[in-house]
Amino acid sequence: MAQPKITINNLNFYYGSNRALKDVNLEIEAHAVTALIGPSGCGKSTFLRTLNRLNDLIDGARISGEILLDGQNIYAPEVDVVALRKRVGMVFQRPNPFPMSIYDNIAYGPRIHGITSRRELDGIVERSLKAAALWDEVAGRLRHSALGLSGGQQQRLCIARLLAVEPEVVLMDEPSSALDPISTLKIEELIHNLKEKYTIVIVTHNMQQAARVSDYTTFFLNGEMVEYDETEIIFTKPRDKRTEDYITGRFG
Amino acid sequence: MQRGTGTMTATRRKQLYREYLGHYLTFACAVLLIVITLAIVVFIALQGLATFFANHINPWQFLFSTRWQPDRPLSEGGPLVGTLAFTVGSIAVSLLAVLIGGPLSVVAAVFMVEIAPGWGRKVLQPAIEILAGIPSVVYGWIGLSLLVPFLRHELHTLGFSLLAGCLVLAVMIIPTVVSLTADSLRSLSRDLKEAAYALGSTRWQTISRVLLPAARPGIMTAIVLGLARAFGEALAVQMVIGNTRNLPASILSPMTTLTSAITMDMGYTIPGTAWNNALWSMSLLLLLITFGFIILIRLVGRGRVYR
Repeated sequence: MAQPKITINNLNFYYGSNRALKDVNLEIEAHAVTALIGPSGCGKSTFLRTLNRLNDLIDGARISGEILLDGQNIYAPEVDVVALRKRVGMVFQRPNPFPMSIYDNIAYGPRIHGITSRRELDGIVERSLKAAALWDEVAGRLRHSALGLSGGQQQRLCIARLLAVEPEVVLMDEPSSALDPISTLKIEELIHNLKEKYTIVIVTHNMQQAARVSDYTTFFLNGEMVEYDETEIIFTKPRDKRTEDYITGRFG
Repeated sequence: MQRGTGTMTATRRKQLYREYLGHYLTFACAVLLIVITLAIVVFIALQGLATFFANHINPWQFLFSTRWQPDRPLSEGGPLVGTLAFTVGSIAVSLLAVLIGGPLSVVAAVFMVEIAPGWGRKVLQPAIEILAGIPSVVYGWIGLSLLVPFLRHELHTLGFSLLAGCLVLAVMIIPTVVSLTADSLRSLSRDLKEAAYALGSTRWQTISRVLLPAARPGIMTAIVLGLARAFGEALAVQMVIGNTRNLPASILSPMTTLTSAITMDMGYTIPGTAWNNALWSMSLLLLLITFGFIILIRLVGRGRVYR
């Protein structure tokens, strides 16, 4: 097997004195979808946010262990967090477009990373919206507010906004939990198409969704990584009793 | 005993009595407030309009003439009450105050909320509250004892000036603008900030390109309220501005404002005279401009409307 995109070694995470992640070891494959499942409060979202160091914003958060992105520890002192977040992008649970026009939302990332040419930006906006399967719906109203879009459109806009900065890894934190079934389906199709170019890590509460979209699945419980395997194996013959209990709905 | 219908227990009657008492008491208070407001507006309007109806002053001249001789005898053509110099003074001093105090306050609010929230809450917030609590006479007095002599010595002018007025006012509006801007920044959803950081924004980019634009309606409201506060302030301005009834030649020349002119003259005029009525007309003008500010706040508070 090729070198994993991300390798997590003995990761511990603390909120003050509360240990939210316990000795997590995991390898995330490139160009595949890895799903993180587990009951609420099991640490899966916290884990996701360690991968782009978004937890750095929280007061009193502390970490030990290492996370290697292409072999380089992202928590090493010399790492530029801003550059890291450009490589590892994120889609949030609630769609969070900026209160600007659709165009300016997509152009935001390229602009802060130094692209000013109008023609270049136009191209990026069109490409990103097409990649996020939103172009046909908004092509005629790029100058309108992004807040006028439906929830599902807003979430695809957020994905397009992310793709515009050309990340290598896309983190998704329950990206369709606030959406209706049809919008959810569109997001899932999108995830399927995106894995050719990107490494995707998705947190989901919905086990059918994990089964539908992911190649690998990781089960978290109480801050521990209980089991990791190919999705098919996790859902058909899990090795750990706790995983089996969870996926068969005996708790959680 | 049948439940629910017919008989009413003593407890239930008491409950109902309290229910109606509370209802009518709050209603009465609300009505009282409205009546007081309306009474003040009607009174000022009646007094203020007397200048034009009883003293037959041309409203155009009242607004756009700078000739102020309210005691000119009838034999020489009657009183002249052109208030343009006062209105221009009020507008100039308030706008300059906002131009100086506004950006300072917005930056202070950003520092307080986004850059040093802990320190901001512990030190800056109380400092702003103290600033808000200082009475305007104290601001005026500080201006009179420190700022005016400083300007006199350093710039070799009279000291009493538009500049002194707007500097004092700039400090006075800071608490208003800082608090409201800080509130509007705090009310922004955490999601926005996280979205910006997750796209690889630096803190400065997050603040300048996402948070400040998103908070813009709130910040505009803060600025307009600061402007309204500056416009309505009388005492502190009157103490440092010089009170000469001319259009200011420069930022260093003394001048006066609507509020300042009213407070200077109100003690010396006799009710019913053109002079006294003219002061009421100036009050009415202040009231109307304040209404204008309120409408402006409502408009900007709605936020930016996209097509």
